[in-house]
Amino acid sequence: MASVAVGSKTAPGPSKARRWFAGFKERETWVAYLFILPWLFGFLVLTLGPMLFSLYYSFTNYGLQQIAGLESTKTVGFKNYEQLLHDPKVTSSLKNTFIYTVMMVPGKIIVALLLAMLLMRVTEKLAGAFRTIFYLPHITPPVAIGVMLLFLFNGRVGIVNRGLSLIGIQGPYWTTDPSWIKPSIAIMDIWACGGTMVILLAALYGVPKHLYEAASMDGAGRWRRFKDVTLPMISPALFFVFIILTIAGLNQFTQAYTAYFGAGGSQPEAALFYSIYLFKNAFEFFNMGFASAMAWLLFAISMVITVINILVSRRFVYYQGSSR
Amino acid sequence: MSVGTQQNAPPPLTAGAAAPLPTVREQGPWYRSRPDSSWIVKGFFILLLIGLAILFLYPFEWLAAAAFKPRGETFDNAFLPQTWAWNFSGEAIPSPAPQKLFNVAPVARWMWNSIWISCLGAALTTFASALVAFAFAYFRFPLRNFFFGVLLATLMLPGEVTMIPVYLLWNHIGKFTLDHPILPHIGTNTQYPLWVPNAFGSAFYIFLQRQFFMGIPRDYFEAARMDGDGYWSMFRRIALPLAKPALIVTFIFEIQAKWFDLITPLIYLRDQALFTAPLGMKILLDRFNAGGGGEGDYQVIMAGTFLLILPMIILFAAFQKYFIRGIAVQGKKG
Repeated sequence: MASVAVGSKTAPGPSKARRWFAGFKERETWVAYLFILPWLFGFLVLTLGPMLFSLYYSFTNYGLQQIAGLESTKTVGFKNYEQLLHDPKVTSSLKNTFIYTVMMVPGKIIVALLLAMLLMRVTEKLAGAFRTIFYLPHITPPVAIGVMLLFLFNGRVGIVNRGLSLIGIQGPYWTTDPSWIKPSIAIMDIWACGGTMVILLAALYGVPKHLYEAASMDGAGRWRRFKDVTLPMISPALFFVFIILTIAGLNQFTQAYTAYFGAGGSQPEAALFYSIYLFKNAFEFFNMGFASAMAWLLFAISMVITVINILVSRRFVYYQGSSR
Repeated sequence: MSVGTQQNAPPPLTAGAAAPLPTVREQGPWYRSRPDSSWIVKGFFILLLIGLAILFLYPFEWLAAAAFKPRGETFDNAFLPQTWAWNFSGEAIPSPAPQKLFNVAPVARWMWNSIWISCLGAALTTFASALVAFAFAYFRFPLRNFFFGVLLATLMLPGEVTMIPVYLLWNHIGKFTLDHPILPHIGTNTQYPLWVPNAFGSAFYIFLQRQFFMGIPRDYFEAARMDGDGYWSMFRRIALPLAKPALIVTFIFEIQAKWFDLITPLIYLRDQALFTAPLGMKILLDRFNAGGGGEGDYQVIMAGTFLLILPMIILFAAFQKYFIRGIAVQGKKG
């Protein structure tokens, strides 16, 4: 994000440090700090402080006994992190999360892009009406999506299998067959692709028409125009939704938890996503130390993925102008 | 930059009077109103869109129909209920009889909890974020860029990292307030953790609103200063009214976020009377879904889920423009 404002221009005068400290004599500085005080306080108390505590807890045996004050907190070194490697459920939940993300992100982007391009082909009035319809699933609460997932994809009576049988396909038992649980969650997510679609639609509207005319004059066919004009021009938006959706995928919790966990869920191993297992460790088993270590692993993984994405994007993402 | 204008629109050629905004038609890609697209091609696309629209709307229709079907017919997949049933309220008859949504649990209470918590939280975060965003946009002060960088960095932090210590913090506050009976009980198993953090603003909204405040010409503020306005009245009288679209976007997005949130109430709330609507519906699912060992009153689950979606649809109908703009603007920040 390149929009961080540039500081005041350097002018000859007292040293940089002197001028910097002189800033604190200005009334404006104090007013500004008063204005950002809510965030500053929230950042210290609800973000930075908790981050440090979380890091500390991840090296301790902090748990139910410690919350109740029955035992003192002991540091255990890297034991929690070692346990991450040896707990088979950490491995399987990570695998579940990756598989789901790999299905959901491209699926959502492709469907959203196809819908957006379809909307570009009809008049604005029609596009507006259809845009509203395609956007509706996006405002459906995830808990409701989880409930609908369970019943729409029910192997016996669900409408999805009913529909598939109409075209002669025997649908799988989506909600109980381990290999179909994640695809059904991903399909419900793809259904809710309206937000992605609106972002891509805005990007498509922004592509200047003359580029297409120039490409046509150079004899570019439909596919070439898509590949060499549309895709590069909307690549910043594509990259943005890719990053946002990847992070959302790694943090998938609500739909899967609603449908499969809690008091009345069937607790299938195939739907045990990383955040769900983390939540269970923290707030069902009260292994706060171990859960903190899990959280830092998740943080590390999402940072690594984001950095890779940014590095890869340098090759593919085209930003208009040099300032962005 | 202002919300909704074209990012790469050509600069207006006419100087002086405000140039009309470039219309989308001049800008759109080649396939918009192409001369050779015949009625057959157009008709094909419209039919395709209608088909897709039916596919996208069908789950809603299915749910709405199921909410009005009697027990035993919930999964008959009929387009309209064969026999209409009112599953929301009625006489309380014990279990062998079909249950009604409002009898089985304090559902009205849950809805009200969600409504006031989301409205209060959204109002707080809108105001707090506006204060901070305005400061980052207007003032020059030492460490500004550093703090703004920190703010952007917090956007990348997964909530799981701070979730546990923040819970423990509320737990401590709870113990402290229980030890001192003069204080109100604030802590876990109260609703404070659900909305108090909103009073400190939110990095994402601060970022969004700062972009908006930066689009307001600085002259407006200088003029207000000339008129003798202090910083506060400048913020209140000029910045806030001009940023109204961004404030509305923040408000409705936060309401939506609250209505989507399951994990926070799940962590903090134990008493049924305190539940928010999403958590309540999850509890209803657990209780009545026979697949998970529940009682099999599926019509109650369907009615509850229907009720959970309804406020979001009303909110969307009322603020459609802002939803779409708010989302579309996000993409341009990438």
